[in-house]
Parts: sequence; C-alpha cells; structure tokens
Amino acid sequence: MRLTLGLVTVFAFSVIIFSTFSFLPGDFATEILGQSATKSAVKALRAELGLDKPPVTRYFDWLGNVFQGDFGSSFSGRSKVQGDQGDRSREVVGLIIPRLKNTLFLTGVAAMLAIPLSLILGISAALYRNSYYDRSATGVSLVTVSSPEFFTAYIFILLLATLFPVFPTISTVDETTTLVERFYRTALPVFTLTLITMGHMMRMTRSAIINILSSEYIEMAKLSGASRYEVVVKHALPNAWAPISQVIAINLAYMLIGSVVVEYVFNYQGIGRLMVGSVYNRDLPVVQACALIFASTYVILNLIADLIGIISNPRLLYPK
Amino acid sequence: MMSNKSKELLLEMKNIHIDGFSDERWHKILKGVDLTLYRGEILGLIGESGAGKSTMGKAAMGYTQPGCKIIKGEINFNGIDLAKLTEFEKRKIWGTKISYVAQSAAASFNPAHRLMDQTISAANRLKLNPTDALKKDAVQLYESLQLPDAENIGDRYPHQVSGGQLQRIMTAMAMSPRPELIIFDEPTTALDVTTQVEVLSAMRSIVDKFNTAAIYITHDLAVVAQMADRIKVLRYGEEVEEAKTRDMLSNPKEEYTKSLWSVRSLIKPEETNQDYILSIKNIDAAYGSSKVLHNVSIDIPKGKTVAIVGESGSGKSTTARVITGLLPQIKGEIIFDGKKLSPKLEQRSKEELRKIQIIFQMPDTAMNPRQTVDEIIGRPIEFYQGIKGKEREAKVIELLKMIELDETFLDRLPSELSGGQKQRICIARALAANPDLIICDEVTSALDQIVQEGILKLLQKLQKELGVTYIFITHDIATVKAISDEIVVMYQGEVVEQGLKSKILNPPYPDYTELLLSSVPEMDPDWLTNLLNKRSS
Repeated sequence: MRLTLGLVTVFAFSVIIFSTFSFLPGDFATEILGQSATKSAVKALRAELGLDKPPVTRYFDWLGNVFQGDFGSSFSGRSKVQGDQGDRSREVVGLIIPRLKNTLFLTGVAAMLAIPLSLILGISAALYRNSYYDRSATGVSLVTVSSPEFFTAYIFILLLATLFPVFPTISTVDETTTLVERFYRTALPVFTLTLITMGHMMRMTRSAIINILSSEYIEMAKLSGASRYEVVVKHALPNAWAPISQVIAINLAYMLIGSVVVEYVFNYQGIGRLMVGSVYNRDLPVVQACALIFASTYVILNLIADLIGIISNPRLLYPK
Repeated sequence: MMSNKSKELLLEMKNIHIDGFSDERWHKILKGVDLTLYRGEILGLIGESGAGKSTMGKAAMGYTQPGCKIIKGEINFNGIDLAKLTEFEKRKIWGTKISYVAQSAAASFNPAHRLMDQTISAANRLKLNPTDALKKDAVQLYESLQLPDAENIGDRYPHQVSGGQLQRIMTAMAMSPRPELIIFDEPTTALDVTTQVEVLSAMRSIVDKFNTAAIYITHDLAVVAQMADRIKVLRYGEEVEEAKTRDMLSNPKEEYTKSLWSVRSLIKPEETNQDYILSIKNIDAAYGSSKVLHNVSIDIPKGKTVAIVGESGSGKSTTARVITGLLPQIKGEIIFDGKKLSPKLEQRSKEELRKIQIIFQMPDTAMNPRQTVDEIIGRPIEFYQGIKGKEREAKVIELLKMIELDETFLDRLPSELSGGQKQRICIARALAANPDLIICDEVTSALDQIVQEGILKLLQKLQKELGVTYIFITHDIATVKAISDEIVVMYQGEVVEQGLKSKILNPPYPDYTELLLSSVPEMDPDWLTNLLNKRSS
C-alpha cells in the first residue's frame, strides 16, 4: 500500500519535473548556437534532439527510457555539426554515477555523524529537562537550524581554514583520492551538513520523548521504581521511534538538497554541483535525471521511516 | 476480610499537607490528614473527585505528582520517614516494598513491551531471583487471578487483551515482588459491572492469600465495602470520618457520608402509556463492515423516561446515533410522532431536527470552549425559533432559571464552570430547541454522586413541567432506578428485553439481565462473598 503510494508520488514528481523544465524559457538549441544562428540551423538541432516533438510524446519517450535505466545523452559537449566524429556527448548515467557516489559519500558521512549525535543530545536533554545543559543545547540548536547552509559553511571556512588552517577550503576529489584523504578534504562540508540538520533532529527527539513522559505509563514506571535513565531509555524511547524516524528521514532528504549549496561552496564534485552547472547550460536530460534522483530519495527515505514506525509499534505489528 | 489481624503498624502518616500548582497559583490539596495502616489490613479511602484521595494514596509512597509538593507531615513506613528520603532511596522502595495499581490499566501499561516483561520488571530489578523463576511465579499469579491461558498471556502486548484482564495483570505486576503494601487507585472505575465483579474478587483473594496490606481508593462506597476492613472518608482535603466498614455502613455519623449514596435512595414511581412518540422497528446498523445493531426494536411512550442499559459495546450509544440520524441505519425504520423519519441527517427537516435533541456524556468536550454561556444557549433559540435581540436574551435567562442557575452565568466560558454546572448548561442548550424528545447519553456518569443527584432531580422536574420525553442511556443501575419508567436491556447489539421498571428489575429474569443486575455492588460488606458463593454453587 505504502509502496504503491510511494511509486505514485515518484511518478507524479516525474510529470512535474518534466513539465516544469519543458516550459522553462529558452532552449538548448538557441543557447548553444548563439543569438546569430540561422533559423534552419536551430530547427535542425531541435529536430535532432527531439525537441520539436510535442511535450507529451517526449515525456513518454523519456519515461520509457528511464524505466530501462537510460536517462538519455547529455546535451552539452556534443558537436555542433551533424555527423561530426568528434562528438563528446556523454551518457547521462555515466555522467551522474560518479558524482552521485561522491554526494552519497558526503551525506553518508554527515549522517553517520549527525544522527547518533543528535539522538544522544536529544535524549540527554529530555533526561535533564530544564537544566542548564538542556537550555543551552536547545538554544544553540535553534541558532544552527536558523542559519542558512552557505552562512554556516563560510563560518567554518573562516574558523577552520583561514584563522586556524586545519582543513582545506576546497574539497576537490577524484578516483585516485585515498579514503583518508577524502575524509580530510570533505571535513568542512561534512561539518556544515551535520550542523544544519542536527539541530532539528535533536529538538524533535527531545520533544517526542518529553511528550511521552507525561503519559500514564511513565508515571506507572516511576512508581514501580524505575530510574530516570530507565524511564527515558526503556519506557519512553521505544514509543518515540516513529516520530523520531520521520524527522530523521526529512533531515536526510534536507541534507541531500542542502548538499547542492554546500558542494558549490566547497567546489566538491557531487551531484548538486552537476545539477547547478546543467541548469546553466539548459542541459535538460541531466537536470531531469538529477531532480528525479532527489525526488526518489525523498520518497525512499520516507518509506523507510514509515517502516520503522510500523516495526517499532506492536499495535501495528501484532493485530488483535 | 479477616477481622483479627496482627496489630503491627506498617504505615503511619501524620498531619499530611500537600499543595498543588494550577491556574498560576498554589492550592491546598490535603490539609492535615492522618492515616494508620496495620500489616495485612485493607483501608478504604473514599471521596468525590477533588477530595484528595488519590493524592493521599500516592503520598503513602512518598510520591507526589509533578506540580505538587509535600509541605508538612511524616510518612513512616516500617519506621522510615519517606518524606525525608531522596528520590534515589525512594526508588528502592517503590515497586518492591510498596506497589501501585492505577485506574486505567489500558493507559498505564507501556504499549511497546510484552506483558510478562512488564509484570516482572520491578522484581527483576532486585536481582534476588533468576528471571525464569520470576516468570514461573508470574504465571502462577496469573492463574490465581483467573486469567485465561495464564501460561501464554504474558507473551501478548497490552493492546491484545481486554480491560478487565489488563487490570488483573496489573495486580499481578504489583504482587510480583511480594510488596508489603499495595495502593489500589480506583482500579475498577473504568470497568463494566460484570467485569468489575471478576476483578474485585480476584484482587481480594490474592491480597488475602499473601496477607498484603492495601489502601483501596474509590468513589464508590459499595465497592469499597467489599474490599476494606476500615473506611476513611475524605472531602476537600480533610478527613470527614473513619470507621470499621460495617459500622460505617450501618451507622454513618456524618451527614456527608450518608449523601454519598444519595442517588441510590432516589426512586421514581413508574408510569407509562401506549401513546408512543418514537418507535424504532427492526433496525440494523453497522460501522463500516462490522454490524453493531441487530434487529433492534424499541417503543418510547410520550412524556415518559425509557432507560437503555447495557455494558460497553452493547449498542446503546449506537442506537442513539441512529435515532438522531448521525448513523443512518441499513435496515428498518424510525417512526417519530406518527411520521417516518429519513435515515440521513441531511434529509430531515429543521422541525424534525428541533424535536429530537441529545445531551452527551462529557460536558467538557460537548461545548465550544470559546463560546460564552449566552452564545451556547442562545444559538439554538435563534436557529430553531428565529428569536433575536432582547427577546432572545430573556429566553436564555428563563432557561438558566429553569436549570437553577441565573443571569450572572451569561458571560462565563465553559472553563469557568464546575462539572455539574457544565452539564446543566448542556441540558439548557437541549431545552432551547423546545424539543419533544431528549436523548441523555450517560449524562451523569462523569459526575460525583451528589452532583448526579442534583442533575437527575432537575431532569425529573423538567419532565413534569414541560412533558418532555427522555431516552436515558446508562450502565448504572442506581441511576436507572432513580429516573426511569421503562427499561430496555441491550447486549451485544440486541435488545434482551423491554418493559416496565418493576417488571425488568424483579424476577424472573432472562440470563443476561440477571447477570447484569446481580453484578451491581450493594451496600453490604458480604455482598461479594454471597454472590460468589451463589455463582459457584
């Protein structure tokens, strides 16, 4: 049921993505041939790229190919003259996969850092509610949530690269970079992504647990002699997984989208940077593929969160 | 109910003062109450809501709810003053030496853990016995509490067993570490009468078996009479009186104690006629695909009161929903005032809607919290009768007088009213439409005894003055005796019988009516014992 709903969502996204980009002003043909191009040249290129067909036909052509794993060929880099041997146009898939790997590496490391950290901070803030620790943690998290990612990124550059040059400001990596080197070079973007998502996750974990702490079974647990730690970790936390996993899913998706800006700031070769570049070039197939990947990640993350919600709730797992 | 128990002191609470913080200021909840309890003895603590009985029960553990604090007093348990212990030291006593059984078992079990794990968690913390031995012991406790499938019921989750079973499992959980004292905080209030009997007898026998001392908190004197050796009555945070159970029942000293069973002394002479204002015929109704009413036929005589009784899930409230059109029936017809009513609410005329009004169980949720009393009562006057301005205001005040309130209430919000006043406003709102039939859905069950009596008397007075007909839905037999002319007994979506009060409440009974009536606790300390003897023979 949820799976079909997820598929429908992705499908709806594909329609929206495709139609939005189709209705964008300007097209690749005029962009690449320049203002002075003859009408016939533009027409020829459009015909070759299939841009002259009606949008509905193009959509279904595209969707059919996507189902087969073929996102088409990139517009940019192709020869301006038909039949030229020097055609350097690349398959979108080949273009995206290495970038996607880089982005997944970046967000993966940031998630590994952010999720445990925000869970621990959120649980301990709930444990010592209204203490100075709790107040300062929630206060600081509010600041980090409200700062835009480019601002956070520049603060990190200022502190850890300029004033105290510990990490590099440019996070360029390629296939030959070793793992350790990768960690070192991506430190600042990872910190940035961690910081912008951690605040929200931590605050929601705290409030999900505090919400549950006012229920009757928590009072019952206290009256049966459970310690403060036991009350929070054993009695409140198991009932808080559903809301917490939802928040984590949203933040992971946010992290992936946030990586567009962060990759740009740190000049990291990820999918976000690729997408920004392709929008510049009106490179429709690449932009569409990137957008579709972002959308499906969002849907997949939410599906996983729903699944955790079901697994952690005996009411749904074991019917009456 | 052993009378000669050892006179060894277990708990002595002296001069307990507790304050609570609400509405931005501190209130006194307990104003110097004393309490003594001997080993193996059961003390009943009774009073109405707000009397401080629950606070007193929790204070016996040295616990106060968040927002409350102990101002003064000693709580000597086994010679240790609990009021002076730290949180950490108290936790060693809670759940092991003193355990607690809460009112709503459904809300008090953690939904995420299996029942067995919760049953033995407190005892497991002591690490005196291996987990296996504790589990075995828990199964034996389940057995002695007469739980079905005692061997495996612990593997289930709380949502998989019924309310009565959960309450018994909670008793097993309290008993598992073999405490010296158990606090029962209204453990049967949320249960049906027939379930209540089973739970009461199970709790009583297990407390007897291990000779555990207990404090039994309730607002129902008849229930506490079955359980307690001594009874203490609280009101407004102070002690009214304390006496041995039999002495208190046979000879209550204080006027207030007598008033606690005032509803039970209210009796209405029955009358009936053949002039039916409403007849429902062969009604079937369903929520989605699950059918809840099966071929229900009821006749309501004009100007009289018909009580519909039954347990939760018997279809009483569903019948009311069908009559009002909130839930269209799938079969059968409703004849009102000689005319057939359309099943759907939207297809009924304004006049038809005006003539049938309903009053709900929870006055708190039945009124818009942002409307004043004037708006709440004035709106139906305007809507149904088209009366506006000064005339409308005069009408609202007239209605307020009718429900024994006055014009000073006009500008108040529901939050500024007591529970009884709120229900009166709901009655006035129903009357504002000038209806022929009022459906009262458990209108007194959320109220205290004295307030209940007031509401029931008011309803009777209004019937005499206005000739309005009532359908009175309730599970409380005392209320039925107090108000009804005819009774309809429902069970699992079917009508068991309908007839005059005197006919239904006197033998011969159908099986279910007998079970229902015999389960209603009586003001006799031997009632439960006699009933159990009778049922087992």
